[in-house]
Order: sequence, then structure tokens, then C-alpha cells
Amino acid sequence: MGRYTLRRLLQLVPVFLGTTLIIYYLVWGLSDDPFAGKCGQRECPASYVATMTERLNLDDPVLLQWLKYLGGLLTGDFGRTFSGNEVSELIANAAPISFRLALVAVVIEIVIGITAGLVSGLRGRGYVDSLILVSTLFLISLPVFVTGLVVKQVFGVELGWIRTSVPPDPTILDLFVPGLVLGSLSMAFVARLTRTSLMENARADFVRTAVAKGLSRRRVVLAHMLRTSLIPVVTFIGTDLGALMGGAVVTEGVFNIRGLGGLVFTGIQRQEQTQVVGVVALLVIIYLVVNLIVDLLYAVLDPRIRYD
Amino acid sequence: MTDTLRQEPSLAGHDDGAVVSPQAESGLWSDAWKQLRRRPLFIVSGIVIVVLLVMALFPSLFTGADPTFQVLDRSGEAPSAGSWFGRDLFGRDVYARAIYGAGPSLAVGLLASLGTVLVGSLAGLTMGYFRGLTDSVMSRIAEIFAGIPFVLGGIVILTSLNKPGEIVGSTRLVVQVVLTIVLLSWPLAMRIMRAAALASSQQDYVKAARALGAGPLRIMFRHMLPNCLAPVLVYGTIQLGVFIGAEATLSYLGIGLKDPVVSWGVMISEVQARIIQMPHALFFPAAFLVVTVLAFVMMGDALRDALDPRGR
Repeated sequence: MGRYTLRRLLQLVPVFLGTTLIIYYLVWGLSDDPFAGKCGQRECPASYVATMTERLNLDDPVLLQWLKYLGGLLTGDFGRTFSGNEVSELIANAAPISFRLALVAVVIEIVIGITAGLVSGLRGRGYVDSLILVSTLFLISLPVFVTGLVVKQVFGVELGWIRTSVPPDPTILDLFVPGLVLGSLSMAFVARLTRTSLMENARADFVRTAVAKGLSRRRVVLAHMLRTSLIPVVTFIGTDLGALMGGAVVTEGVFNIRGLGGLVFTGIQRQEQTQVVGVVALLVIIYLVVNLIVDLLYAVLDPRIRYD
Repeated sequence: MTDTLRQEPSLAGHDDGAVVSPQAESGLWSDAWKQLRRRPLFIVSGIVIVVLLVMALFPSLFTGADPTFQVLDRSGEAPSAGSWFGRDLFGRDVYARAIYGAGPSLAVGLLASLGTVLVGSLAGLTMGYFRGLTDSVMSRIAEIFAGIPFVLGGIVILTSLNKPGEIVGSTRLVVQVVLTIVLLSWPLAMRIMRAAALASSQQDYVKAARALGAGPLRIMFRHMLPNCLAPVLVYGTIQLGVFIGAEATLSYLGIGLKDPVVSWGVMISEVQARIIQMPHALFFPAAFLVVTVLAFVMMGDALRDALDPRGR
């Protein structure tokens, strides 16, 4: 287990380097003049240009700039934006909100998704099963921004049940509706995955053995079937958690939440390259680490899987 | 076994009526087609897709109105007998725009899905055939692209390609959006193809072909590809719908397609600040979008049920 973890950690390094290089090149390498429009209608004062060029290593080739940036990242320095904000501070303000939103979404996915999958997978063909299949298909086809706009319009504006815009420091409760919108797509996937995986396992030998041992139905389902059936579900939720942190740009925009996705979006609109690169680098790290944890969880869930 | 499969390399040949001797030795594809014909899910989604294709190719069959003609007096008018879906902020006919929007939306979905399947399959097949070092190196490269969250990656790429405020032609925009989607999504198609190719490269028929002196290209494309195609095709069909939604999302964020191109995402993006005054201008393009995505996802679902023998 220890050696496997170490090998996987080492494999993360080239992926991280490659991803940040691509983002860094796209954001810095493709812009001709980073100072265009930075100082209102006038040209930027020479002293400001000199300080920023010095600080951002703009005179170096992009590859060297990227290496120096990575060096800064290793010491926890995310750099500063053109307007003088510390990027690490911006991230520290936004990350908890994004994290809370992703958490709400994942909890909703797990609770509703797995329950729905369990119900339809165990009952087999019938009314409930068809209903769940059709409703999950419908959810999969709904782009998040459509769900978000419709929910906001119907429940926020017309019925007045929810606030259309979330307060600056939202609690978990404030984030319930946005979390539901954000998690709706994955919830449908989780339900379908649980269902197929349960149906496949229902005929497996270990289930028959468990029944033959005289275990109660409840114990067979919960301790034997569900545990092994959850492997693909856990994989999916893991990949999704990483995607949710950054993929929430749309939901954050619809409900006016100030999270990491919004930080990238405003960073691009205001041409604050350091901000964009910093947040994306952070999200990539989160994504990779979550995936690693998911792989390690396999061994816990399925006793048949052992890492040397 | 290889013989029957070589006769039936593509699904396309079977859509028009299972002509290839199904009774001789019913293969995967003819079995699937027989099963599909009876599935209501397949029939319904097939009809919807055909209607959408006609709509995309010949929009003037459905409406005589010009989707870009503005009547500012009638801005935000509610649905009426004259304009069935009402009018948008600039007084343009929402029905005509929804019909004309099918073209670009479907084109992006189709091209992106084709590109993803093509790039992913080629990569996956190469990795599954050669294995070893090729496989490890390409896996790492794929992980780099898979590690970039889709919407974020899309925002970064599309905004870097065009300067802010730059006016870009519609063909170039479509190409950019398609390439962005392909770049960020090919690893998934690759994984599916690689898994299938890894399994099939161990089969007897591949060993036999190699023993007979067939080269890597011949083995990969004539022997392995027909046997690995099914899961990727299912994936491609479902993704076609998902990519139409992705295009709409990017357009909604203001970085995908833009006016004067008419697509459902562009329409929703234009109305988002004024939903309260004109909900119809949001509802109709959103409904077209959802029905289209649903049709392709349903089609993919039916295909998977038919092509995956385990599910029977």
C-alpha cells in the first residue's frame, strides 16, 4: 500500500507540470501586451511597467517564467495581481465558499442518488424503476445553466421561496438550492451507476453465499451488495468532486456566489493572469489528489482488491 | 468470426435495413439492430433526431420568418398567433430563431463528437496495440488534459484564442469551439477504446493475424477496430447530446458562439438578464436544447442496451 501510494504520488508530478504549463502558456504566452488597458485610458507609467515586469519576470521566455512561477508556488507564493491583491488571499476568501458548495452538492448526490439507485436496483423492472430511469435521463439532458436559471426564476422570482442571490458569506443552508442545481446532473449519474452495479452484483457468487449463510435480506444488501456496488460510484463521485470545485462557474454565476469559479471568470475579464493561473493550478492539484484518494479507497471497499 | 465482422464494419450500413445476411450467422450488429427496431426509446429518439436534422438542413421548411429581422416596436412581445413563441429583446421572432438555431447547435455537437471519437479511438487503439512504453507515455499526456476541469479549460482556451472585443467570423468561432471541446474531452473516449483494445489484443484472432504476417496497421484497423467500436459509438452518441449542451454553456458564458450566429445557447445568453420581462424567450430555446440533448442521450442508452450482451 505504501509503495503504491508513493508511485501514484510520483505519477502526479508530470501531470501537474504539464497542466500548469499549458494553462500558463495559454494565459501568458498568447497575450502580446499584458499592460494593455491596465491603467485606464492612459498608458501605464514606466515605473509601474518596470516593477511589474520585474516581479512577473515578463522579460524572460515563457518557459523560464513558468519555472520561476512554479518555484514561487512551492513556497506558497501565488503571486500578486496587477491591482496589487495577493492571489493567495483572494483564494483564501473564495475557496471555503466553493468548498462548502461542492460539499453540499456531493452530499445531495450521495443521499438522493444512492437512495434512488438502491430503490430502483432492488425493486427491478416496474413503475418506480421506470420513473427513476426517465427522471434521471431528463436530469442528464438539462444543462446546469438552464436548471439554475429556471429554478431561480420559478422559486426565487415568481414564488419567492428562495433568495435569488446568495449572501457574501453563505451558510450551508443558503447553499442548499445552488448545491442541488450543481449536483443535479451527477446525482442522476450516481443513481444510474448504483442501479446497474447493484443489478450486476445481485447474481454474483458472494451474494448467493451470503443468502445461503442465512443472513437477513437487509444485511445482504447493505453489507455485501451495496459495499461492492459502490466502487464505480465512488470513482465517479471522486472525479466529480474535483470537477465540482471548478466547474461551479455557471452555478456561481447564476446565484451570485463568490467562489473559485467566479475568481477565474473575473480574472479573465479583467485580464489578471496571475489570478487565473493561480486558481487553476490549485484546482488541478485538488482534482489530482482527490483522484488518488479515490484509488486508495478501492481497497477499503472491495476486499478483493489489494495493492501489493 | 473475423469474417462476419469484417463484412459488417459500421453501424451506418445497418441503419437502412440490416441488408447483410442476418440469418447466416447473426453478428453483434444485426442482433443489435433487430433488438433496436422494437425499442420504443430508440424509435422515439430516432424520430426526434431525424426531425432535428431536417430542421438543421432546411430551416426554411419550418418557418418563413427571418431569424435576424428586428422589429424594435415589438420587443419582448408574448407568444401570439403571429409569432408563436413571442419575440425577443430586439423584436426578433423567437420561433424562427429556435428553428435556425438547430443548425449551429447540431453542427458543433456532431463535429465535436466526431473529433473526440476519432482522436480518442486512434490514441486508444495505438495504446492498446503497442502497450508498454507507448501506453504509459500517452496515458500521462491524456491525464494532463483530463486534469483540466471542462468549463475552466474552455474559458481559458477560448478567451486566449481571441482578443477581448475582437470580432471573429462565425466559421472560425465554430471551429474554435469544436477544437476546444475535442481537446478537453478526448481522454475519455481514449480510455474506453483503450480498455476494449487491450482486451482484444490478447484474443486468438489477433495472434492469428500476426502469425499470418499482418502489419500493425492492418491488425489495428481491420481486426481490432471492428471489435472495439461498439462502446465508443455508444459513448459518441451520448456525448453528441452532451456537447450540444456544452456549446450552449460556453455560449451562455459569452465565450462560445456569438451573435450573428443563432444557436440555442446564444439565445439563452442574450435573454438571461431579462428573464423576468420575457420568460418565453428563455423557455423555448431551453426546451429545444433539452429535447435535443435528451434525444441523443436516449439513443445512446438504447444503443448500449442493444450492443452490450451482458445487459440482455
